[in-house]
Amino acid sequence: MAPFSSTAELHAYQQALVERRDPDRTVIAVCYGTGCKASGATELIDALKKAVQEAGCSDRVSVMPTGCHGFCEGAPLVVVHPRRILYTKVKPRHAADIVNKTALAGEVIEPLLFVDPDTGNKVVHEGELPFYAHQHRLLLGRHSTTNPEEIDDYLANGGYGAWARILDEQIAPEAIIELIKKSGLRGRGGGGFPAGRKWDSCRNAPGEVHYVICNADEGDPGAFMDESVLEGNPHSVIEGMIIGAYAIGFPHSRTEGYVYIRHEYPLARHRLAIALDQAREKGLLGDNILGSGLSFDITVNRGGGAFVCGESTALMASIEGFPGEPRAKHIHTVVSGLYGMPTNLNNVETWANVPVILNMGVQAYRAIGTEHSKGTKIFSLVGKVNNTGLVEVPMGMTLKDIIFQVGGGIRNGKRFKAVQTGGPSGGCIPASLIDLPVDFDRLDEVGSMMGSGGMIVMDETTCMVEVARYFLNFLRSESCGKCSTCREGIARMYDIVEGITRGEGKPGDVELLEELAEVVREASLCALGTTAPNPVLSTIRYFAEEYRAHIEEKRCPAKQCKALITYRIIEDRCTGCTACAKICPTDAITGVKDQVHLIHQEKCIQCGSCYEVCPVDAISVE
Amino acid sequence: MELEMVDRIVDRYDARSSALLAILQDIQQEANYLPQAALRQVARRLDIPLTRVVRMATFYAAFSLKPRGRFVCNVCLGTACHVRGAGRVLDQFQRTLGIGVGETTDDGLFTLQTVNCVGACALGPVVVVGEQYHREMNNRKVDRMLKSYRKQAGE
Ligand SMILES: Cc1cc2nc3c(=O)[nH]c(=O)nc-3n(C[C@H](O)[C@H](O)[C@H](O)COP(=O)(O)O)c2cc1C
Ligand code: FES
Repeated sequence: MAPFSSTAELHAYQQALVERRDPDRTVIAVCYGTGCKASGATELIDALKKAVQEAGCSDRVSVMPTGCHGFCEGAPLVVVHPRRILYTKVKPRHAADIVNKTALAGEVIEPLLFVDPDTGNKVVHEGELPFYAHQHRLLLGRHSTTNPEEIDDYLANGGYGAWARILDEQIAPEAIIELIKKSGLRGRGGGGFPAGRKWDSCRNAPGEVHYVICNADEGDPGAFMDESVLEGNPHSVIEGMIIGAYAIGFPHSRTEGYVYIRHEYPLARHRLAIALDQAREKGLLGDNILGSGLSFDITVNRGGGAFVCGESTALMASIEGFPGEPRAKHIHTVVSGLYGMPTNLNNVETWANVPVILNMGVQAYRAIGTEHSKGTKIFSLVGKVNNTGLVEVPMGMTLKDIIFQVGGGIRNGKRFKAVQTGGPSGGCIPASLIDLPVDFDRLDEVGSMMGSGGMIVMDETTCMVEVARYFLNFLRSESCGKCSTCREGIARMYDIVEGITRGEGKPGDVELLEELAEVVREASLCALGTTAPNPVLSTIRYFAEEYRAHIEEKRCPAKQCKALITYRIIEDRCTGCTACAKICPTDAITGVKDQVHLIHQEKCIQCGSCYEVCPVDAISVE
Repeated sequence: MELEMVDRIVDRYDARSSALLAILQDIQQEANYLPQAALRQVARRLDIPLTRVVRMATFYAAFSLKPRGRFVCNVCLGTACHVRGAGRVLDQFQRTLGIGVGETTDDGLFTLQTVNCVGACALGPVVVVGEQYHREMNNRKVDRMLKSYRKQAGE
């Protein structure tokens, strides 16, 4: 098929697609994001395809791999359309039943349904899952009905419609910028800078080329929102970037696009590459797109596993083929960025919001969220919460609603202790602040930050001093080393906190940490250094008692710090099954079968293996 | 290591020095690490100092300057995996394989690496071996998994 040369051709194609498609067709959608893939979705898809073939129904039933639906807890997920029957934890051996019973005979397979742990009720339809019911899925909503490797799926759902309407209605680039400003869209990559203002400054900066970049480096460890958007709906990001290129560089300049994507995301990269190829084939990228006069294409650059490369100037240095070391931003990147040209960098989720805003209208978009944080935010809800996965909620939802309503509360009946947001730049928010509405400003106020959307839930068995140690270790190894305060300061802070976890803390350590934090914050160049103290300061602020117990009593209240804990066998419970003695890597456990066993403390290395294998919970940690 | 492979990759990017990161990634993908001879050839072909190439190869954590084993085990130490016990899983790898992070077993089978997040955070602790993802790992699963890879290698 020849590429579209006008919006009329695009509309005609979309019209034909919609007419050709049977909305009632039976489609078995299999979630095929990284999480479900890791849980065996590849084998499941093969088994389903085989079952369809064996049943001879490929004219009526199709199997469709999709991007992440979000409910990773139930991985691998299957949704049978058009009724949207949801099955969780599906195995290849269920494939024949799903095809023969559900797809062909409309029968629901009870054992594959999700059981709501609160009510004991079985959930039949996707929309009834409590996990989805409290969300507002502007961006993720289409993931379970879209094959991300088929541009036609995006087009049939009105994809590239926001861009086409701009051309049909001849909306000027400046007017687009005004709309984005009015929408209140703030950058989703961490800083929360107003997107429209950034676009405006970039547009007004002189240069023969204007670069438009998508930050898909997703450095926050424990977060996978951007990955899932690229895996599940890559065209939404591409459409956003095309509109951005038009608004920022047309007609006065040349425009070029880049996506800088995390090296650890092979599937997202693969899907993005396919989407870009298909967009080019259709004439949605390239020269004179849809006859608009705009020429724009997107190059994909892979990261090299360096967290600091998510920072704007480091990212641009990396694209130019240099180590990712940030530079001072006396001159902003919107004026002088990539190759010294005006450059507009936005996060994946920011770009994906652009077509959504234009499609739903600025007024409707502004109605979602809080006064200064509009729209929805995707969070990666992970850690010690029941429903781990991706959630998209309106800005301003409270932590409590996110963790307990959407997330279904804390695992294994444990007590909620804290939630970490903002990644290594953020902080830990204690249980006492559970009613906090989540938006950019409120998170800043409590000493954390929105960051890109990682939300790591911690329970009573998480040691907050250890969490601080963890982040310092992360930042210590990810500091590029350019500023001595960041390089040496974080390393010193790490030594102190690590000492505390080993029971070698001294009075005055906390004060010293606070003093160092001040220096690192004040004297480092980029935000990696200036925000690095946050995890330590927030844990000192809210969990001072835990630091005190480690330092003064050499005790770890969460029973996590190896040097401060002892494993023992509870004699009344031990059945002498020998499981612990068998797994112990240092032969520290002795005992005769069917008799009480004993841990020899001088040999014990606190690896926790015995605790893990004991079938009768006869190992205690003190 | 054949230098033609390096040349082929460099040509793919028209010998542009801005593509240095991508070039090194492609070489590592084929050779499993970055051999010294390859780095020298890249510097020659791109007409840039060897120090710049080495600086890139050492700045980015994704690169290895040493040959790696047949099974490269990446233990995720991202926050989500960490709070669910990834540290213990890493300890178990070190104990069972008798090597540290960044090292390779003498038989050339396993290399142990850590990674900051592989985007399967809901299923932690996660370990990725080659292209295979392993979810909700614990000490016992580590041993079982290593055994099965050993068996696979013996076949
Ligand atoms: C150390 C560091 C790491 C960062 N990592 C990321 C990242 O992985 N992804 C991202 O979108 N922004 C990251 N940022 C923020 C970017 O510098 C930049 O503000 C953002 O990409 C702009 O897009 P936005 O306005 O749409 O959020 C990072 C910043 C710093 C200082
Ligand atoms: S934290 Fe381990 S996969 Fe993300």
